[in-house]
Amino acid sequence: MNLPDWDNPAWSESLIRKIKQTAPRELRFMEVCGTHTVNMFRYGIREAIQPEVKFISGPGCPVCVTPTSEIDKAIWLSQQKDIIITTYGDMIRVPGSNGTSLRKAIAKGATVKIVYAATDSIDIAIKNPDKEVVFLAVGFETTSPATAILVKDVIQKGIKNLSILVMHKVIPPAMEALLKDEDIAIDGFLCPGHVSVIIGEKPYHFIPERYHKPAVIGGFKASEILYAIYRMVLQIAQGQPAVENAYRHVVRSEGNKNAQTLLREVFYIGDTEWRGLGRIPESGMLLKEEFSFLDVEKRFQIPELHSKDPPGCRCGDVLKGIIEPYQCPLFGKVCTPLEPVGPCMVSSEGSCAAYYKYGGKTI
Amino acid sequence: MCLGIPLKVVEISPPYAIGELSGVRQRIRIDMLPKVKLGEYVMVHSGFAIEKISEKEVNEMLSLFEEMSKY
Amino acid sequence: MITLDHGSGGKLSRELIEKILMPELSNPILSQLGDSAILDIASTKIAFTTDSHTVSPLFFPGGDIGKLSVTGTINDLAMVGATPLYLSLSLIMEEGFSEELLKEIVKSISSTAKENDVRIVTGDTKVVEKEKVDKIFINTAGIGIIPQSTDIGPHKIRHKDRIILSGSLGEHSITLMVLRNEMELPKGLKSDCASLYPLVRTLTSKIKDIHAMRDITRGGLGTVLNEFVADASFGIEIEESKIPIQPDVKAYCDILGFDPLYLANEGKLVLFAAPDVADEIVSIMRKHPLGKDAAVIGEVTESHPGIVAMKTSIGGKRIVDSLVGEQLPRIC
Repeated sequence: MNLPDWDNPAWSESLIRKIKQTAPRELRFMEVCGTHTVNMFRYGIREAIQPEVKFISGPGCPVCVTPTSEIDKAIWLSQQKDIIITTYGDMIRVPGSNGTSLRKAIAKGATVKIVYAATDSIDIAIKNPDKEVVFLAVGFETTSPATAILVKDVIQKGIKNLSILVMHKVIPPAMEALLKDEDIAIDGFLCPGHVSVIIGEKPYHFIPERYHKPAVIGGFKASEILYAIYRMVLQIAQGQPAVENAYRHVVRSEGNKNAQTLLREVFYIGDTEWRGLGRIPESGMLLKEEFSFLDVEKRFQIPELHSKDPPGCRCGDVLKGIIEPYQCPLFGKVCTPLEPVGPCMVSSEGSCAAYYKYGGKTI
Repeated sequence: MCLGIPLKVVEISPPYAIGELSGVRQRIRIDMLPKVKLGEYVMVHSGFAIEKISEKEVNEMLSLFEEMSKY
Repeated sequence: MITLDHGSGGKLSRELIEKILMPELSNPILSQLGDSAILDIASTKIAFTTDSHTVSPLFFPGGDIGKLSVTGTINDLAMVGATPLYLSLSLIMEEGFSEELLKEIVKSISSTAKENDVRIVTGDTKVVEKEKVDKIFINTAGIGIIPQSTDIGPHKIRHKDRIILSGSLGEHSITLMVLRNEMELPKGLKSDCASLYPLVRTLTSKIKDIHAMRDITRGGLGTVLNEFVADASFGIEIEESKIPIQPDVKAYCDILGFDPLYLANEGKLVLFAAPDVADEIVSIMRKHPLGKDAAVIGEVTESHPGIVAMKTSIGGKRIVDSLVGEQLPRIC
C-alpha cells in the first residue's frame, strides 16, 4: 500500500463545505491535544470553519498542564553539579517561578540534553557513568508507554545512574472535570488521535452517556481533522451524541493492548495537580512501589521550592476555554512569546502563543 | 501531545526496527507491536511504533473522501 | 541574560540588535540593517558586510565551515547587487585544535574564494584556552562595488510585486540536525551551501528592475519576509503549495515537529520584482543550477500592512510570524 496524501485540497474543501452546511447552529468544540491545536492553526482550519464551528484549545499540551512546582523541581535538579537532564524539547522554555526556565539554567551552565526518544537517556547515562541522568517524563498516554519501556530497560541493563521525574497524566479525567464545570459551554470534544491509539474508545464513553455530547477521535492531517469535525457536527445535527472513531486506519477500538499492559506493570493511577485546573482525582500516572528506586524524588532530597504561579496569570481559565487568550490581563503585554509568563504562551502553539501569532490579527 | 509519523518497516531486529519514509530511515522501537511484519506501515511517536496502519481502513477512508468530494 | 534563542535569527536576535546594539551604534547606514551596508566613497558605491560562523560538525555533505565563511559573506554582498572583491578573514581557535583540520579548512576557503574571484586581503588569528571556543570560529568581512545604476533594496518594493524563491527550503539545517543527532542521513540530502553571486550576476545582467533580494539564512523564509514587512506600508501574501520542499526534508520536519518556513538555508534567496518581469526571472533562474526549483510564491499586498499571510495547502489562511527562538524537537 502507499499512503494517500491526506492534505488533498479537494477533500478538505468538500469537508469544510459539508461542515458549514450541516451545522444546525453555531457550535463550540474543544480539542484536547496540542498537536491538534498546532495543526489546525497551520492548516488554517480554525479560520476556515468559522463562524459555524469555533474551537477552543483545551488542556491537551503536556507543557501547559505541568504545574510550576514540577518545573521548579526540574530547574533545581538541572542546577545540581553532576546532574544531566534529558528531556523533550517542549520543556525547555516553560517558565518556573520568578522567571526561571531550563533555557536560562542552560545559559548558566546546566547540562540539559534534548532527546527524541525517552530511551535515548540510557545511552547518555552509559556515556557519563560519573553523572546522574534525570529524565523529565512529561506527556499523556501516548508518551507514558515509552517511559515504562525506559524503566524496564534500566532494570534489565542494570543502569545505576538514571532516575525519572514522573509527570505523566491521563486525559479523560481532565475532560470530565471540564464537563462538570457549568460555565464551560462545550458542545463536543475532538479526542486526541494518538492517545486513543493507546487507550481505545472505552475511556470516552462517559462523555455521550453522562453529558450527551459527541466525542470523536480524529487524526492530524487536514482531511483527517476535518472528517472528525464533520462527524461531530453530524452527530449534533442528528441528535445522536456518541464516541466515534474517525481515525480508524490508525486507532483500533480496543486500543493497543501491549501498551496498556506495559502501563499497568509500571504505573498506578493517582491524584495529581494540573496547572490551572487544580487537583484532579485519578488523573496522574505514578511509579509503582517496586520501581520507586527510579523516582528522582526518592534519590535526591529536593528542597521545598515555594513555587508560585506568576501573579495575574490566567492560563488555567484559558485552558478551560472560559476566557479567550486576549482576555487575560497579561496577554501581549507582560506575557509574550519573547518573555512568556504562563505555559500557554510558551508552548510553541499553546493557545496563547498560537492566538498571539495567528489569531490576534485579521487577515 | 502526539506528534506522529507513518513509517514503512524495512528491517526488523527486536526490540528495534528501521522505519522508512521518503528516503528517510529511522531506528524505532517495536516493543508495543511485537507481531509487526516487514512492509507494514506503523504510526511512530517519538521513536516508538504505537500502532499498525490498517490498509483496509486506509482504502475505505480513501474511497469515502473521493466520493464526498464529487458532490 | 543571553541564551541560545538570541542566536536563532528570529525575534530575540532582532530584539538584541534593537535594544542593546542600535541605541549605542545606530547611524543612517547601520540602521538599514541590510545584508550589506552601502557606502559612498569618492563617488563609488561600496558594499561592506561581515559574518561570523560557528557550525558543528565542521565538515558536512555539501560544504564545511571554510566554504560557508566565504559564501556567506559573498551572498550578503550579492544581495545588494555588488560584485564581491575583497574579504577579511579572522580565525579564533581553541588550543589543541588540529593543524590538519585547519589546513583542510583554509584549503576550502581559498578554493571557494578563487571560484568566486574574490581575494582574502587581510586577517587575524587568535588562540584561546581549551573549551573557551568550540574548536574554531571564523569571521569574514567583505567589500564589493555596486554599479552606479544599480539600486536594489527594500525601499524599491512596490504594491503587487511578485515574490520569487530561488529553490527548496531547509536542506542545510536538516542535514546538520541529522548529523548532530547521529541519525542516518538520507541518500542525496546535503547542505545547499553555495555562492549565489553567479545566479545574481546572470539575473542583473538581463533584468534591470529587480527591486529587493535577501539570502534566507537563520530564521528561515518566515523571518526574512517579516523583516521586509516590519513597519512597512505593505503586507505579503504567499501560497504554501508553491513553496518547494524536498520530500526527505518534509519527512524530517514531520518527525521532529519543525515548520520548514523557519529552517536555515545557505544557498537560497528571496527576490521582489515587478509583475511583468517575474516570469522571465523565474525562467532565467530555472536554467541556472542554483535556481532549478525557482518559483513565484506570492506577492506584495496593500491589505494587512506589516503582516505576512499564507494561503495554506488546503485553502485555509494563516499568519506567518517571525521565528521566536530556536526550533527544538518536540512531542506536542
